Amino acid sequence: MIGAMLGEAWMAMGANRLRTVLTMLGMVIGVGAVILMLAIGQGAQQQVQASIASMGSNLFIVLSGSTTSGGARMGGGAAPTLTITDAQAIEELPSVLAVAPSSPGTAQLVYGPSNWSTQIIGTTPNYLAVRDWRLASGSTFTDSDVRSATRVALLGQTVVRSLFGEEDPLGKTIRIKNSPYVVLGVLAAKGQSLDGRDQDDTVLVPVTTAQRKLFGTQFAGTVRFISVQAASSEAMPAVERSINELLRQRHRIREGADNDFTVRNLTAMANTAAETAQVMSLMLGAIASISLLVGGIGIMNIMLVSVTERTREIGIRMAIGARGKDILLQVLLEAIIISVIGCLVGVGLGVGGAFAVNKIGGMAVLVTASSIATAFVVAATVGIFFGWYPARKASLLRPIDALRFQ
Amino acid sequence: MTSGPVIHIERLCKEYQTDAGPVPVLHDVDATVMPGEFIAIMGPSGSGKSTFMNILGCLDAATSGFYLLNGRDVNAQSRDELAHLRNQVIGFVFQGFNLLPRASLEDNVALPLIYSGVKRAERLKRAGEMLEKVGLGQYRRSRPNQISGGQQQRVAIARALVNRPRLILADEPTGNLDTHTSQEIMALFGELNERDGITIVLVTHESDIAAHARRLLRLSDGRIVYDGLVKHAAPAHLEATR
Repeated sequence: MIGAMLGEAWMAMGANRLRTVLTMLGMVIGVGAVILMLAIGQGAQQQVQASIASMGSNLFIVLSGSTTSGGARMGGGAAPTLTITDAQAIEELPSVLAVAPSSPGTAQLVYGPSNWSTQIIGTTPNYLAVRDWRLASGSTFTDSDVRSATRVALLGQTVVRSLFGEEDPLGKTIRIKNSPYVVLGVLAAKGQSLDGRDQDDTVLVPVTTAQRKLFGTQFAGTVRFISVQAASSEAMPAVERSINELLRQRHRIREGADNDFTVRNLTAMANTAAETAQVMSLMLGAIASISLLVGGIGIMNIMLVSVTERTREIGIRMAIGARGKDILLQVLLEAIIISVIGCLVGVGLGVGGAFAVNKIGGMAVLVTASSIATAFVVAATVGIFFGWYPARKASLLRPIDALRFQ
Repeated sequence: MTSGPVIHIERLCKEYQTDAGPVPVLHDVDATVMPGEFIAIMGPSGSGKSTFMNILGCLDAATSGFYLLNGRDVNAQSRDELAHLRNQVIGFVFQGFNLLPRASLEDNVALPLIYSGVKRAERLKRAGEMLEKVGLGQYRRSRPNQISGGQQQRVAIARALVNRPRLILADEPTGNLDTHTSQEIMALFGELNERDGITIVLVTHESDIAAHARRLLRLSDGRIVYDGLVKHAAPAHLEATR
């Protein structure tokens, strides 16, 4: 019975191919837009989340304060007010998991005929734990390397590619500012940071080596920033307070005077970015849904026209024994076929469009099975919902009125 | 049920509602049609014969009165039950053929079988047999617009026969056909009536068409003014009425 009805619906659709195709087009565009917008939104969301995960969790950055030189304020990190002993003191605070003092700088690396300028961070082995950064191969330097300021280095993936190409860098000696450094390990790939920098274009060396042998410091033992990992996200406000108190005490800052350091809650900033991405994703989806709705109304419109146009045919069918529900089923099936075929094409177009946006525009996209499933279910629902009214209208016609219709 | 009348009507009335109030079309019509009868209904335009046919065919409902079709009280049937009666008991033949233009002849003839739930293979087999019966077996895959009007009416008759109905209702079946073709169609009706025992009621305004029937009902202003054998009818009752 359903098979025969499908045949009847198919025949009716074939009667006006152009119109059927145009109706489908509304559905195609609606579904395609939903898939594409969801892909872009979810791609952005996924990118942000990956960046957050690469940053490390429950993270604070303590920056040394600004300095004023001849009336010009030099900005955060310019005055060397934080020291390694500050970092050691922070590590003693409750709910602090790990602390890594860091002294960054830029230098030229040389290996054989290749050279490469990159960011070098002097830090402690804890840095890897704080940033949740694994080694791809080799091993990290140790606290005793930090104590004796040995010339060893861990290389990021981008640095390895630039200096070594296919060669295995482990145990090789590179030159930084003309001094030899032994490569102990290679860091795992981390990708882009939230602000789009390549986190793999980095070399890690012991903090003491950076201070004494590579960059030098104005005052012995000062660092530019200290990364602090709290034990949990709930503990973060308390940890932030106690870092502030501790450092004001250690730096002997009087009541009412400004801090000579800044504590930044990176995780909170990251969460804001994630929320923004999510809102964007929702908005894109909502806008695309409207086009799907318009497509649905298009189906209803065409089905109403088509039912009116075929009133006589419906009358003939009723005269030879079609029941109201037979007519209803036929018209409904027609609407469903249009929306489902339109949806299939739309999914193809949306996925293809997402792929093109990724290839040509370089935007991150993510097509999930659930977004396809959602679009499909919505399209089928729209077809049934908007097909129902015309179908019901047709099924309630009196046979004699339908037959007399000119 | 087979022994009782196919149609039994008592005091049937039909009014149409218009802006100027109800307009009566049929007044207290009584009629009984026994199995195997061949009846022609004649009458001038506006005498109510088409309305009468539509009520007989369960396409329209009477305003009042009693209608027993094949032993069932039509007024008591639901919409679906009426559809079932149209599908199983009645075969309808229209003046304008009313074939589906996009469907092949075979599919047109098989259409009533879809609504009685017959499987596809069986549908096509029976549609083929019916087309053979009306002499169009070689045109199974043709479209209605590829054959002549007389052939189209034969297809419509095949469609009316495909569910093996007891009763065929034909509303001016030869109205759109030339004299020669009309005679052929009437010969087909006569054959169906005589050989297969199918009850036939047809509306016509031509006396030579009515002459193929045995019994004549003459309607005038919504009343039956003659009900008897065609051969006993007065010439006025057989007068062409266009």
